[in-house]
Amino acid sequence: MSRVARLNVNPTRMELSKLKKKLSSARRGHKLLKDKRDELMRQFMILIKEDRQLRAEVEAALSEANRYMAVAGSVMQREVLETALMLPKQEVELEISEKNVMSVSIPVFDAKFKTDDSSDIFSYGTAFTSIDLDGAVMALSDVFPKMIRLAEIEKACQLMADEIEKTRRRVNALEHIMIPDYEETIKFITMKLSENERSTTTSLMKVKDMVLKQSHNYH
Amino acid sequence: MSEMYKVAVIGDTASVSGFAALGLSVFRETEPDKIKKLISRLAASDFAVIYITEPAAAMVKDTINKYRSSRLPSIVLIPAVEGNTGDGMRALHEAVEKAVGSDILN
Repeated sequence: MSRVARLNVNPTRMELSKLKKKLSSARRGHKLLKDKRDELMRQFMILIKEDRQLRAEVEAALSEANRYMAVAGSVMQREVLETALMLPKQEVELEISEKNVMSVSIPVFDAKFKTDDSSDIFSYGTAFTSIDLDGAVMALSDVFPKMIRLAEIEKACQLMADEIEKTRRRVNALEHIMIPDYEETIKFITMKLSENERSTTTSLMKVKDMVLKQSHNYH
Repeated sequence: MSEMYKVAVIGDTASVSGFAALGLSVFRETEPDKIKKLISRLAASDFAVIYITEPAAAMVKDTINKYRSSRLPSIVLIPAVEGNTGDGMRALHEAVEKAVGSDILN
């Protein structure tokens, strides 16, 4: 895929110096964006690693909670189970702050519980409920901080993946299109200018010859 | 800015009921159209995190993808009671593929 195109400009010194300036800022921009991309990528890979591990842990814990729940559902009546969970004592709210990673703004979640007492996760008396329900609720409560962190990391990964893709496109556009185009056009103008210069020199020499010949009869 | 945000869980009754005890907003929904509307509604209000079971998420993939690049909400796939389908992990691989250009995990 090679498509170096000369830009449509007049071959003048003015354009030449303009293009040279553009080329140098394109090169500088390319370097900066490349650094940005590399740093984003480095941080992204760290996050992905954590994300992977955390997701595996969360999925394992949730599967366990689900197993408890399935058992609870089989020994208790569905309605009793639902009623037991209907009026939670606990309440969760999220406080959100911002983190800036290489100009990507990433939300940071901080879970706030209404009550600090960990036994408040049980919204029911134990008389009519199965012990497996307790197990399920406990397992969920244990894994919940990890789930919040997971939500945070997955969002961060998605946002960073977007930014990396954008940055990569910009780097590629500069590297493969804009910079080669500028270089090609600069080369063309330089050649055109020196060609003009040569032709001017030649005609000057010719004129000089003619003038000398006329006035002094020189050869 | 100290506005408080909420956490939602969407999925079939058996998979999501337990979360109610933690004080999350639980939505027992299994129909694609209703889930789509629900996600849009939650995203527009003050829900920052939406956990959705993998089978429910599989039905509304487009809607979920729509929120991938927006700052909030964070939509996270969790396994349902029937077991882990691996969709959650797959989403992670997709993010890597988007960023790197190819899936470099495994």
